[in-house]
Amino acid sequence: MEAFIDIVLFGFLILTAIAIMRLRNLFAVVMLSGVFSLLSAGLFVVMDAVDVAFTEAAVGAGISTVLMLGTMAMTSREEKPPVHNRLFSFAIAVIVGAALIYGTTDMPPFGSPDAPAHQHVGPDYIERTPKEIGVPNVVTAVLASYRGFDTLGEVAVIFTAGIAVIVLLHGRTRPARTARARKKEKDV
Amino acid sequence: MMFTAAMFALAVAMLLVLVRLFAGPTLYDRVLALNAFGTMTVLLIGVVGFMTERPDFLDIALLYALINFVGTIAILKFFRYKDLGQGLAASEEQNSLRDGGSQ
Repeated sequence: MEAFIDIVLFGFLILTAIAIMRLRNLFAVVMLSGVFSLLSAGLFVVMDAVDVAFTEAAVGAGISTVLMLGTMAMTSREEKPPVHNRLFSFAIAVIVGAALIYGTTDMPPFGSPDAPAHQHVGPDYIERTPKEIGVPNVVTAVLASYRGFDTLGEVAVIFTAGIAVIVLLHGRTRPARTARARKKEKDV
Repeated sequence: MMFTAAMFALAVAMLLVLVRLFAGPTLYDRVLALNAFGTMTVLLIGVVGFMTERPDFLDIALLYALINFVGTIAILKFFRYKDLGQGLAASEEQNSLRDGGSQ
């Protein structure tokens, strides 16, 4: 049954990718990329990577869709026909894809307990977390407690980036603000 | 058995929604299709959770439903105001002007 779900989800992923390539209406492409994210989130859930799936759904389907729509408000709604050679791009995509598939042949089997990721510090964290932190989810314990300062740094970086984007894009709303400010001064 | 049947039904429904999303003549067809697809992802996670006998997945499915709702609201707001930040400020502006005019 799990094989059936995998085949259906991967089939839909391929259909969505082909549709994204063929459509020229950028709005439809944004909607389809949201569906692409939701499908990959479904695949992550089937593979038991629930945390990754949730991040994918929040960032890929939620925030990216909104950001891309906001970008589209400042640019065109139609994609221009490509000017470069398509065969060259296709060849690069095929070579990179083949290299990635070749790389997977050296990977340990899916879910194998002998994989290097489960041999290094993993067992140590699994043993210490219930005693030291006391939360059932080990990933949360690592992110929020053992690596708490690292996470705080990441939050600071993202916060700074957000402020920079707001400052850069703010020029467009300024005329409305000054009009309101003038109105207030008149009232006073 | 019941979950297998639900899974097949979900696969068919997802295919139909995808067809609407690819063809969908107007923008609103596509917004609605995206929202329906999000709902189907929520159902998919629920069905997979019960099929693998881990109903804890239901919490995550609920969070997906919330994200789906907020995303649809954001897209529709974008259509209404053509900008995500300006909508509220612009309507406040109109309100304050209207209030000022009546005083």
